[in-house]
Amino acid sequence: MAFHIRALLGACSVAALCVPAAAETLTIATVNNGDMIRMQGLTKDFTEKTGHDVEWVTLEENVLRQRVTQDIATKGGQFDIMTIGMYETPIWGKQGWLVSLDDLPESYDADDILPAMRGGLSVDGTLYAAPFYGESSMIMYRTDLMEKAGLEMPDAPTWEFVADAARKMTDKDNEIYGICLRGKAGWGENMAFLTATSNAFGARWFDEDWKPQFDSPEWKETLTFYLDLMNEAGPPGASTNGFNENLSLFQQGKCGMWIDATVAASFVTNPDDSTVADKVGFALAPDTGLGKRGNWLWAWALGIPAGTKKEAAAKQFIEWATSKEYLELVASEEGWANVPPGTRTSLYENPEYAKVPFAKMTLDSINSADPTNPTVKPVPYIGVQFVAIPEFAGIATQVGQEFSAALAGQQSADEALAKAQALTAEEMEAAGY
Amino acid sequence: MATQHSRSAARIMMAPAVILLLGWMLVPLTMTLYFSFKKYLPLRGGDLGWVGFDNYVRFVSSSAFWPSIQTTLIIVGGVLLITVVLGVLLSMLLDQPMWGQGVVRILVIAPFFVMPTVSALVWKNMFMDPVNGLLAYLWKFFGAQPVEWLSDASIFSIVLIVSWQWLPFATLILLTAIQSLDSEQLEAAEMDGAPPLSRFGHIVLPHLSRAITIVVLIQTIFLLAIFAEIFVTTQGSFGTKTLTYLIFQRVLESQNVGLGSAGGVYAIILANIVAIFLMRIVGKNLDA
Amino acid sequence: MARKITTRRKTLNTLFAWGIGLLIFFPILWTILTSFKTEAQAIADPPVFLFFDWTLENYAIVQERSDYMRFLWNSVILAGGSTVIGIAIGVPAAWSMAFVPSKRTKDILMWMLSTKMLPAVGVLYPIYLLFIKLGLLDTRLGLTIVLMLINLPIIIWMLYTYFKEIPGEILEAARMDGAGLKEEILYILTPMAIPGIASTLLLNIILAWNEAFWTLNLTAAKAAPLTAFIASYSSPEGLFYAKLSAASTMAIAPILILGWFSQKQLVRGLTFGAVK
Repeated sequence: MAFHIRALLGACSVAALCVPAAAETLTIATVNNGDMIRMQGLTKDFTEKTGHDVEWVTLEENVLRQRVTQDIATKGGQFDIMTIGMYETPIWGKQGWLVSLDDLPESYDADDILPAMRGGLSVDGTLYAAPFYGESSMIMYRTDLMEKAGLEMPDAPTWEFVADAARKMTDKDNEIYGICLRGKAGWGENMAFLTATSNAFGARWFDEDWKPQFDSPEWKETLTFYLDLMNEAGPPGASTNGFNENLSLFQQGKCGMWIDATVAASFVTNPDDSTVADKVGFALAPDTGLGKRGNWLWAWALGIPAGTKKEAAAKQFIEWATSKEYLELVASEEGWANVPPGTRTSLYENPEYAKVPFAKMTLDSINSADPTNPTVKPVPYIGVQFVAIPEFAGIATQVGQEFSAALAGQQSADEALAKAQALTAEEMEAAGY
Repeated sequence: MATQHSRSAARIMMAPAVILLLGWMLVPLTMTLYFSFKKYLPLRGGDLGWVGFDNYVRFVSSSAFWPSIQTTLIIVGGVLLITVVLGVLLSMLLDQPMWGQGVVRILVIAPFFVMPTVSALVWKNMFMDPVNGLLAYLWKFFGAQPVEWLSDASIFSIVLIVSWQWLPFATLILLTAIQSLDSEQLEAAEMDGAPPLSRFGHIVLPHLSRAITIVVLIQTIFLLAIFAEIFVTTQGSFGTKTLTYLIFQRVLESQNVGLGSAGGVYAIILANIVAIFLMRIVGKNLDA
Repeated sequence: MARKITTRRKTLNTLFAWGIGLLIFFPILWTILTSFKTEAQAIADPPVFLFFDWTLENYAIVQERSDYMRFLWNSVILAGGSTVIGIAIGVPAAWSMAFVPSKRTKDILMWMLSTKMLPAVGVLYPIYLLFIKLGLLDTRLGLTIVLMLINLPIIIWMLYTYFKEIPGEILEAARMDGAGLKEEILYILTPMAIPGIASTLLLNIILAWNEAFWTLNLTAAKAAPLTAFIASYSSPEGLFYAKLSAASTMAIAPILILGWFSQKQLVRGLTFGAVK
């Protein structure tokens, strides 16, 4: 009983209003990624500390997005906490749909959050969602295959080098493909990769007047380069491969290189799941010498929809799940390599975490992405691998389908780009630009 | 035969069903119609005023519209063709005397119990995956290059998955119909020396026509609405965007409720054209 | 059967039918088998069929991640509830259409069927807003009503076609004997209609159980059935064939078992008036 009272007092010190609130049941929508599944397993700790129960709604990424967007846009109030990304947060925050998180207590140490993450999840300096894990993209490569090809991976390679290495590593008879890249259509799938890559090639989505730029030579170069590389050195069926499919291929030792989210590093180096755990090296995402690297910036973050009746309890949960203590809790249960990465400066200053092989490269990648200034030429939008306007998800998914069809050999790069240009112009006009 | 009394009783008995369905039809329909004349963008503040027929014009003039109608018709038609043809053959086979008929029937109807999401997931990952899928192993075993099902043969793959789910239904209905066929009539024809094909064409097929119409009607209703199979496998890529999927894309991915609602109205019109067409045939067949 | 069937022919039939039956059933069988493998065995090249180390690990992982029983219970309530209510409303309607037909009966029937053609995605927004207003989001009640409504046309039609096959003379004879409406239904129609009602019941439980659009979009944590359960397994990270298979098996097993045990009843009434 004494413990219980102390727990309530503890709750008091974090909640804005110091009224010993009754235990609540929070409904939290989240994505079925490994780090979130782990969080579900650790919910007990939260319940013990605060007395609040948690009901999880775990959904696959596409279904999750559809569900939470639908719910917040109609003010359905089904969820007390939503797992959202760097794309949704600024848009929803601006609409006033999310509860400001600026009043989290001192002990939470919001200043410890990596500046890039904090910036991407804020509108006009107000934090609207707390990052649960953050990521950029980088190259993961097989050290043994690289050696066999007689090459050495620099820390910051160019696309030219990567393409050359990919072709040399490819050994289709033994089902070894030099490079695995996303091909599955979707704004968060192939378009995340291709948009980020296009930045390195000097392309952009829109010019300063919001005119779509798929008819520019830079986009043509990006897409042609990607298609050629994938046709020569990519796995079969690449046009349906997303993050998960490529992860699975890499873990089975079928990819020489894979450019994708930095969070994948902990999966490919985990000997339980990966057959190549001890042969993986890391490098920054490639550039073409134009001054921008093709690495994105993303965070899965926890936000509270405005209008929830359980705001205080929801804030307590966010404080728990994105705290330094949570990182330590995961570390003590599962080891430092499994800690959700990319959110806090203190994590990267921790000497224990510095021993994790991909820690430094993850931080370097995150720091080298610049959402407010993503492209070589000026643009009217923010976002590295996305454009932070509400229409983007719908447009980019359709553009992604055209590019995916080009990768499958069903149309040429020119045809895909022409269709992309037309449909983007169509949708932007419908949206009133 | 019906008295005044039983007529009014009948009306009362029908009332709950009719009223409920009327409500279920009218309420969403009215709201859809209402939205379809509005510029309604939830992510840009919701209701942005009346726009007349803008959404209707925009939906049809989009480059994705006609291909989506075509895809819808190909998928529905393809599945109907496969399930009816195979269903007739399979039901004739199952009607033959054999050992373990009950067990075979259980095996054949099983796919009907599998939820669409699960069947799409299983087919996509465990069979059609070009690297780890079972079909890829099979192709490699025979020295062939594995097929990239969901990109190179996307529509065929979806038709295959959906047909697998609906073949049991068609088979069952056709089987019950075949079992009611007068075997003496068949035997007589056989005695007269009619070749198997003409026996099939002149006796079996006419007998089944009613059952076939029923299968076509019911399946069409469900097939026009297929969604999970596409959402899970291709998400509308590679020319698999049906009208239903296009509406989904407009409403939920682009969050343009007005435009999507206009699409919904078109879908209702398409469904009704198909329905009137079908019901003409079915109605005739049912009266006969 | 009057004709002699040669053993040879019967053997051929048997082999052929079993071959096709197994082929059609194979995807399900393969899923069940894979669910007992480790992830590595699940993608082994060449594939392993029976000779692997059978493990229940995947089921344990799936159960640990999501509370299967809660989803199962919701599925049972939603599928069962919507079907029972649907039948309670459908039987009187179908009865009156079958035995007291009027000129408009056929039109009403066709109109009812046409309500099924309303594309669900197109009306999601209106229904969602309506559900918010009525406080029905993520409630079993709300979802039961929706599932009942989308299946009601099929229920009525199936019952109608079945009732129509009950010969009218029996009714007339009963009326001569002075039976009232109540007696008619209770003592004459019900016993004759039970097979039809049973198979309607079964078919609609299957349809409601497998409905994946509304059940996913109108629920969150409380009323979510197995279709939502499977939605969290569709593309997890890394190797997942075995876990996906286990989750799939768990999602389809109850209805598969129900279907198999009751297939005779299901088939008996599943004619939609096609037999004549």
